[in-house]
Amino acid sequence: MLAKQSTGQRLKRRLRRDVFAHWQLLALLALPLAWYIIFCYIPMFGVQLAFKSHKVTLGIWQSPWADPLFKHFSRYFSSYYAWSTIWNTLALNLGCLAIGFPAPILLALILNEIDNVRFRKTLQNVTYIPYFLSIVVVVSMLKLFCDERYGVINILLQALNLQALPLMESERYFRPLYVLSNVWQNMGWNAIIYVAALAGIDMALYEAATIDGATRWQKILHVSLPCILPTIVTMLILRIGQLMTIGFEKALLMQNDMNIGTSEIISTLVYKNGIQNGDYSYATAVGLMNSAVNLVLIVAANTFCRRTLNESLW
Amino acid sequence: MIKTKRRASHIRQTRADRIFQAVIVALGVVLMILVAYPLYFTVIASFSKPEDVLMGRVILWPRNISFESYKMVVAERDIWMGYGNTILYTVLGTAVNMVLTTMMAYPLSCRETPWRAPLTFIASFTMLFSGGLIPTYLLVRQLGLYDTIWAMILPTGITTYNMLVMKSFFQSSIPIELKEAAHLDGCNDLRTLLLVVLPLSGPILAVMVLFYTVAHWNEYFNALIYLRNRSLMPLQVILREILLQNQELAAGDGTGLYERMMAAETMKYAIIIIASVPVICLYPLVQRHFVKGVMVGAIKG
Repeated sequence: MLAKQSTGQRLKRRLRRDVFAHWQLLALLALPLAWYIIFCYIPMFGVQLAFKSHKVTLGIWQSPWADPLFKHFSRYFSSYYAWSTIWNTLALNLGCLAIGFPAPILLALILNEIDNVRFRKTLQNVTYIPYFLSIVVVVSMLKLFCDERYGVINILLQALNLQALPLMESERYFRPLYVLSNVWQNMGWNAIIYVAALAGIDMALYEAATIDGATRWQKILHVSLPCILPTIVTMLILRIGQLMTIGFEKALLMQNDMNIGTSEIISTLVYKNGIQNGDYSYATAVGLMNSAVNLVLIVAANTFCRRTLNESLW
Repeated sequence: MIKTKRRASHIRQTRADRIFQAVIVALGVVLMILVAYPLYFTVIASFSKPEDVLMGRVILWPRNISFESYKMVVAERDIWMGYGNTILYTVLGTAVNMVLTTMMAYPLSCRETPWRAPLTFIASFTMLFSGGLIPTYLLVRQLGLYDTIWAMILPTGITTYNMLVMKSFFQSSIPIELKEAAHLDGCNDLRTLLLVVLPLSGPILAVMVLFYTVAHWNEYFNALIYLRNRSLMPLQVILREILLQNQELAAGDGTGLYERMMAAETMKYAIIIIASVPVICLYPLVQRHFVKGVMVGAIKG
């Protein structure tokens, strides 16, 4: 007890000394910390709005509690669009995960295997470019290319004697278009990290494999992939943590009356109810549900990876 | 840019390996075409005569090269207003981002900072959970930022991921001995940061400027919800109106309605080019710092 106390006291004294000696570091922190509190933590407390009946005149804190407390949540779950928006969100993001996650890994492996340096660099640099385009531009390009009469895709289809398709104006093609354009835009950029991880692999491993008679394909399977596995897992956890959130701006821009059946996701619903209709409490409740699912997903993914693969974010 | 040591060349490639290489190169070519063609098409369409583009006669090469589309864009007042606003938000916003991010990342990277662990947690936790759209929106309104340029700059003040990347750069690339030496020479913490650490952090600063600049340049949603006054609108919002909502364009010099409609369609390609070229040009400038700057933080130990 006595010893413990004195360690505690010693730590406290050291802390006091550090605060005194390094006050400048703390002073540096003050401004960004204030930013974090104002722009991240105050909105976090603002989610209480989900359990309140918002009155514009009273503000978030003074508004009365909703009665019953989970009123907005039950309103959402009993609405006819609840499950379809949840499913649309999941389907869209699972599609992006299933195709968008492996694509950069494949690209990196291909880049790593190309012997011709100039071709490799050109390919790498060309695949970066789309990343810098804004979402508005990418969606506009989609719309121009997919136009039923003038779009280049339909012109090519017709040249092959196929039927022109109303790509942007249909529920069926919304998800494929969304996922593929995402891959197109981000594949090169997301590959950077894997390319660098592949470049960091010890050459001796490849040489040993060659001497053991491995073909290049076998070297990919037994040297390259295992060596970049930690990177893959880290990226996968990060990606799963965004499973319910990303893609909002793009879905909103691609949305039209014809594809609303598949393009209405939770976040577009929040935007319409909250910002456009001013139904703040309800929109906050729907958004909160989304964030909560997200938090659960990332914690679960992290735990799963720690237990099974011994790799995790924290 | 990424140096890969080439395979030991004295071992002769087997036939299977040569076939494998051919398959890989073929895959690479296909990928290249798939990624590059939409970009290439946008460029040639913007330089072709509107009629040829709409009739589907422009597929591989530009036809009847004309600058008609670009001339129309230049006449479009709103686009230049948006351009000006975007440049303002990008420059000011990136400056604020860099200052705030450095002020947070540096102390968190120093071992002697008091309460370092809980402070890092406070920042990292925001990556896991956030208040969401509506509470943030109401906060911005309450702070009186609504419909001012600050609504485009302050809410995006720090990107936590970038901040953590910067922090691990400071931790791994600045030798601690150097900071100790600076201390012995009488530098306090602030001078150490300004005179020793920052001059050695070129790569990460360049990469952060790239990240933040691209983010500001491409930002449209915050403008959509926080801005109302038309004269404050950034380029992306104007683009959305013209490209996606098919807003009537003022352009036209007395030619027929049909020609004007066609020209308005192909003008969109030119707008896309004009709006995207500045950010695309930024990348080669930063490229050589790129891997060094990003990789340090991204592959987490």
